[in-house]
Amino acid sequence: MPSPYNDIVLEHFKNPRNTGRIENPDGKATEGSPACGDMVSLYLKVDPETKIITDIKFESYGCASNIATGSIITELAKGKTIDAAKKITWQEASDALGGLPKIKAHCSVLAVEVLRSAILNYEEKHGLITSKEPTTEEIVRKRLKKVMNPIKGLDMVATHLVKEIEIKGGVVRILIDLPADHQFANSIKEDAIEKIESLWDIDKAIVEFTD
Amino acid sequence: MEKVYYLDNAAATRLDERVLEAMTPYFFTTYSVATSEFGYSIGVEAKDAMEEARGKLAAFFGAAQKEFIFTSGSTESSNLALKGVARALGEKKGKHLIVSKIEDFPVLYSARALEKEGFKVDYLDVDEDGFINLDALQDLITAETILVSVQHGNQEIGTIQDIKSIATLCHDNGVLFHTDATHTFTRVPLDVREIPADLVTVSAHTLHGPKGIGGLYIRNKTPIAKIMDGGFQEFDLRGGMDNIPGAVGFAKAVELVTPEENQRLTEMRDKIIELAFEKIPHAKLNGHSTRRTPQNANISFSYVEGESVTLHLDMYGIAVSTGSACFSRSLEASHVIMRIGGDHERAHGSIRMTVGRFNTMDEIIFVVDTLAQVVARLREFSSLGKE
Repeated sequence: MPSPYNDIVLEHFKNPRNTGRIENPDGKATEGSPACGDMVSLYLKVDPETKIITDIKFESYGCASNIATGSIITELAKGKTIDAAKKITWQEASDALGGLPKIKAHCSVLAVEVLRSAILNYEEKHGLITSKEPTTEEIVRKRLKKVMNPIKGLDMVATHLVKEIEIKGGVVRILIDLPADHQFANSIKEDAIEKIESLWDIDKAIVEFTD
Repeated sequence: MEKVYYLDNAAATRLDERVLEAMTPYFFTTYSVATSEFGYSIGVEAKDAMEEARGKLAAFFGAAQKEFIFTSGSTESSNLALKGVARALGEKKGKHLIVSKIEDFPVLYSARALEKEGFKVDYLDVDEDGFINLDALQDLITAETILVSVQHGNQEIGTIQDIKSIATLCHDNGVLFHTDATHTFTRVPLDVREIPADLVTVSAHTLHGPKGIGGLYIRNKTPIAKIMDGGFQEFDLRGGMDNIPGAVGFAKAVELVTPEENQRLTEMRDKIIELAFEKIPHAKLNGHSTRRTPQNANISFSYVEGESVTLHLDMYGIAVSTGSACFSRSLEASHVIMRIGGDHERAHGSIRMTVGRFNTMDEIIFVVDTLAQVVARLREFSSLGKE
């Protein structure tokens, strides 16, 4: 059967590992993007002494690459310390799956983010986190690195889509180097707004296009 | 090859062998261009075949032969209808058009292209079943309005508009009316002697006919300008090589549709809906329960994503489509489901199943059974719907 997905991805999609919930998890998080619509939740059990992830489960309300990445990320993280698990990148997850279609990168990135968020949630709950810092251009840029450019299958910062960033009184204005009627303009815009508006001191994100 | 359960007949259909048989001589025997009566013999024969096909198609609308032109398909027909009228009337009458928000892409993007050229377009809202409101349409019409375009049957949710009232309203206001009938042609009656439509888009690819041939009904004396420059084909409204096998195949495809077949499609459609609601909880029908095209069933299943469903179904040889953003080429959720008041979630889990001539009731039962299993399996580990 011809498929844009390779056999490893299809195998994880058909038989995802570590699905479900953990009752009373030590850390948990949900990441979702209304632009793509995908959502993924992740639950952790962490050994308080060694900080090793002893159990991990995920749930997905998403497409094939979201499910497959959720599955592989639980396999990659299980048995690692939270510090090691935090460093797992989307690229490593994608490589472990033998590669994902470029256009699907943004659905799978959620599964990687949710692991980091669940670890953050664990750290916050266990007093391992420092205080909040005000949003800077650098922080905005870092967030936008989580928005995928479906044209290239890489994030929108790396692919030079971000032309300008302006932060003024809780409002972030982002200029994207694409025409407003580009095939992926709306998808990128919604994704970017979601990533920025979730920052604690930002009320509104405005995304504009160069043409 | 394994058995295929093809339920995506709104996208494309399997060619009927009888259509191929009718077309074959025009590839191998009468393969020349259509010439005038002063040309060579096989050119005249080709011309006759083309005109005979044109006559049959025009007759299907209750139209005169010269009121039907062949195009490469629905996309071209709708482009010609909108841009051709805009060119003919933009300077003379006005630069205002009205289209519904749930039109298929050819109409929607032709309208957007015209906006870039300085035309003003109003996009008409639809209600939760996909119907436009006549009063709202009347309110939008001004002295500058040159064309209204509202589809006959919707491509995704099957909703059939009250085309007679819409056309009559436009007619009474002296505004041209175009309808995209790609998904209703031969399935739902449309006679231009009763319905005062000025332009009607049709295509063979949804009717077990060949791909790459469609047509546009153009009421006599409708102001319209050519947009495809070339030769003087199609009453000088569309330059380009005559697609004679296509035209013959299109006419044959239309001839093969019977009221009995439409009844059978309706029964299969209703069976899909009935079984899906019986077997799958948290389902919602998209579109109206009865005022929908005979071939279209579209249901949203909560807590699951459409591409995951279609990929699982594909492993069983089942072909269906979804309005999920993950499935679309622009990564955007179905504009139709969003406009009927649906949210991303409803588009996300929407599955469109469209039946055709070669489907059977047994296939329908297998497909819905499999669909129920797939949805249940995906819901087991969905991050939604547990509470």
